[in-house]
Amino acid sequence: MSDRDRLIQRMLAALGPDGVISAREQLRTYECDGLTSYRVIPSLVVLPRDATEVQATVRICHEEGISFVARGSGTGLSGGALPVEDGVLVVLARMRRILEVDIPNQRVTVEPGVINLWVTQEVAPQGYYYAPDPSSQLVCSIGGNVAENSGGAHCLKYGFTTNHVIGLEVVLPNGELVHLGGKALDAPGYDLVGAFVGSEGTLGIATKITLRIVRQPETVRTLLAAFGSMAEAGGAVSAIIGAGIIPAAVEMMDALSREAAEAAVHAGYPEGAGGLLIVELDGPAAEVEHQFEAVERFCRENGCTEIRIAADDAERVLMWKGRKAAFAAMGRVSPDYYVQDGVIPRTALPRVLQRIADLSAQRGLRVANVFHAGDGNLHPLVLYDDAVDGEAERAEELAGEILLACLEQGGSITGEHGVGFDKKKYMADMFSATDLAVMQLLRCAWDPEHRCNPGKVFPTPRLCGEVPGPYRQHPLERAGLAERM
Amino acid sequence: MGDCDVSLHDLQVVAAAHDASTADAIDGITPRWVAEPASVEEASALLALAHRHALGVAPRGGGSKLSLGNPPTRLDLILSTRRLDRIREHAAGDLVAVLEAGVPLARAQEGFCEAGQWLAIDPPEDGATIGGIIAANASGPHRPRYGSMRDLLIGLTYILPDGTVAHSGGKVVKNVAGYDLGKLFTGSLGTLGLIAQATVRLHPLPAVRRAIIVDLADAGRLGEAVQLILHSTLVPGVCDADLTEGARLTLLFEGVEPGVAAQVEEAVRLLAPLGNAEPADVPAVSQPHVEHHPDDLTIKLCVPVAALALLASYLVSLTQDQKLPWRIHGQAASGIFYLEGRVETEQAPAIIAEVRRQAASLGGWATLQRALPEVKRASGDVWGDGGDALPLMRRVKERFDPGNIMNLGRYVGGL
Repeated sequence: MSDRDRLIQRMLAALGPDGVISAREQLRTYECDGLTSYRVIPSLVVLPRDATEVQATVRICHEEGISFVARGSGTGLSGGALPVEDGVLVVLARMRRILEVDIPNQRVTVEPGVINLWVTQEVAPQGYYYAPDPSSQLVCSIGGNVAENSGGAHCLKYGFTTNHVIGLEVVLPNGELVHLGGKALDAPGYDLVGAFVGSEGTLGIATKITLRIVRQPETVRTLLAAFGSMAEAGGAVSAIIGAGIIPAAVEMMDALSREAAEAAVHAGYPEGAGGLLIVELDGPAAEVEHQFEAVERFCRENGCTEIRIAADDAERVLMWKGRKAAFAAMGRVSPDYYVQDGVIPRTALPRVLQRIADLSAQRGLRVANVFHAGDGNLHPLVLYDDAVDGEAERAEELAGEILLACLEQGGSITGEHGVGFDKKKYMADMFSATDLAVMQLLRCAWDPEHRCNPGKVFPTPRLCGEVPGPYRQHPLERAGLAERM
Repeated sequence: MGDCDVSLHDLQVVAAAHDASTADAIDGITPRWVAEPASVEEASALLALAHRHALGVAPRGGGSKLSLGNPPTRLDLILSTRRLDRIREHAAGDLVAVLEAGVPLARAQEGFCEAGQWLAIDPPEDGATIGGIIAANASGPHRPRYGSMRDLLIGLTYILPDGTVAHSGGKVVKNVAGYDLGKLFTGSLGTLGLIAQATVRLHPLPAVRRAIIVDLADAGRLGEAVQLILHSTLVPGVCDADLTEGARLTLLFEGVEPGVAAQVEEAVRLLAPLGNAEPADVPAVSQPHVEHHPDDLTIKLCVPVAALALLASYLVSLTQDQKLPWRIHGQAASGIFYLEGRVETEQAPAIIAEVRRQAASLGGWATLQRALPEVKRASGDVWGDGGDALPLMRRVKERFDPGNIMNLGRYVGGL
């Protein structure tokens, strides 16, 4: 019996026949996540139904010396759920129960496969919502959000996933089950919840997640402002932030992305605008009204050509529709696109937008700009046609140059999509070799055998030295791709 | 014991250092020396030296929270950040600042205020430095609204116990590149290394601040009052409770004038069935100043907020039954309470154990934050139960501090 056959047998015994996929054609379904340019067919796919089955799965992998990758909805944009060729893909999509809704404590506990928006839908009738709202929230999973520390348009004011996760149950790569944090704050010991969120599935698999929910604000006010240029729109944003206003969201779109969004969803955006701003304020009514007047004034003072104020929820949803559909809408103006996720200090925005325009001209490829103007998280969409020879490579190179431009301004290579597989190569531009080696000390404490989502985040995996048990050469060592620390 | 081959002179080659005195003792354990590096490079060299000679090291900022933790099992060197006190950068337009670990919070706030901004953390300890606040995960009245340092820290420069200098995070608020070691270091009490420099996010200073005090009929009403506030659309900057005499709720509203006025009015109306609201002085609310007697103990309790009603009644009956002249106060909306006061040394362990049990039964925990060394020793681990993640925490500690020189024995589980 081959190693793989034994693995399949063990998994079948643990999960039952409908918990294991081994036929190659079916395995294909899982060969990539939202980043479709990289595809790897895993050796096996398993679909556990609960924490016990996740534990059994991980234990088997640990005993068999097999690597594993966890996957939620498979919507990630950095290849975080890209399988490992000889490894197991652990799909959490069947673990989709909302386990507890605790309104008096403002906590909701969910399984990792629960879809982001379901949390809000569950608590909305009682006047609550779950604040982190990535644009993919209709389909992305909480488990995936935890892995990537997902943000969304409203994270400027409300924070990211890491500010909303209070407790975790985690299966460690050796199969141990641990409980981190809880319903109360400041649990004794290291903030391992904080270390786990955003660790991109490299430290273990979360099987229960306790989230903080937030009371719906008294008032939400949204406006859409059109400007002749991005520079003017940026000026309005600076004025707003400079006045001490923290909007719930400030989004900016350039002409190209506006065109695409309009073609796709017909949100009725003002034609011909060089820069479009969506500003949303929320909070106590009197405060919001006062600040909203100021926001309007700042837009007019910075040359806006048109302002629309959402009169009701339906209009507000429509204003957001175009922004939320922006990526998908690119299909209307280009056969292919490459989306980046760089962050810059907000004050560097004009400089970087200019640089992107220059790079775009140099490379002869269009770049549409959609971004979270309040926190400097850019999503440049590099448009290309895969059918044209070499254009895909040029697009990737241009996207890389844009990231380096962000770093030059003291920014980051990723604001919310994660490093995953996609941006490993830029980690060494953002951090020194020492920085990366020290980060990996954390990984060694959780996953000394380097089996949990290997090959992600870090460009040069460092193996962990003293590992209990007999020495087994890691495949990466054999391939000359890793050093043992 | 640490290496006997090290002398003061060896330290002074690397950085300013002097012999320690009993004034430098932690829980009655006097170290041999105090070193005061003036730069990250000096701090790195000091730690490398300490690591080579297996010296027990304790970082110290303003010395305002040295009482935290179990008594050290070994202490040779205090690594003071007193001279690592530069404000490296304040990018007002981006609401971001870079501070060396030894910068006193008060001094940093002065500078931020001038630009109409502030670092939204307000722990009560005088003289607290940014590094110490992070290491201790200290927080104060604004906790429910702004979170703790884990939510305000966006970048970190730290020095491993072997002297390695490394960075995580960055200078932008939105950043998911790499592991979030800033969160790992927050609350780690210096056991993983020295926090050398912190990049923090700032918030705009509110234009207007107004406080009200509501005296509730009894402690039992506290839970109800907090639930009313939490489930309303009010957004108080502060929601503190004091159960020392009676049951007093303090609310602070901040922002623009019309918003603050409307919220104060609404809060008064909302809580009217439970007690009358009176205006309160704002400075007294936002900068509580508590005197500590050397014999005082401090217990920090954290419970889920829905357990407040039960907790409040329990705490009041505890202090009454045991005749304890204790202050009971905290951030009610966060479920955080502090019990502070004197107790006979013989009585202490039983009372602490009882408070711990009660906190656990309510789904929370209790930490002995300050006590005489003999009380600490008689009360088990001051941190309480590390839970089933303790072995994992131990593995983390072993990776970052394999020589086990940082704050030996002081952390949870004696890590």
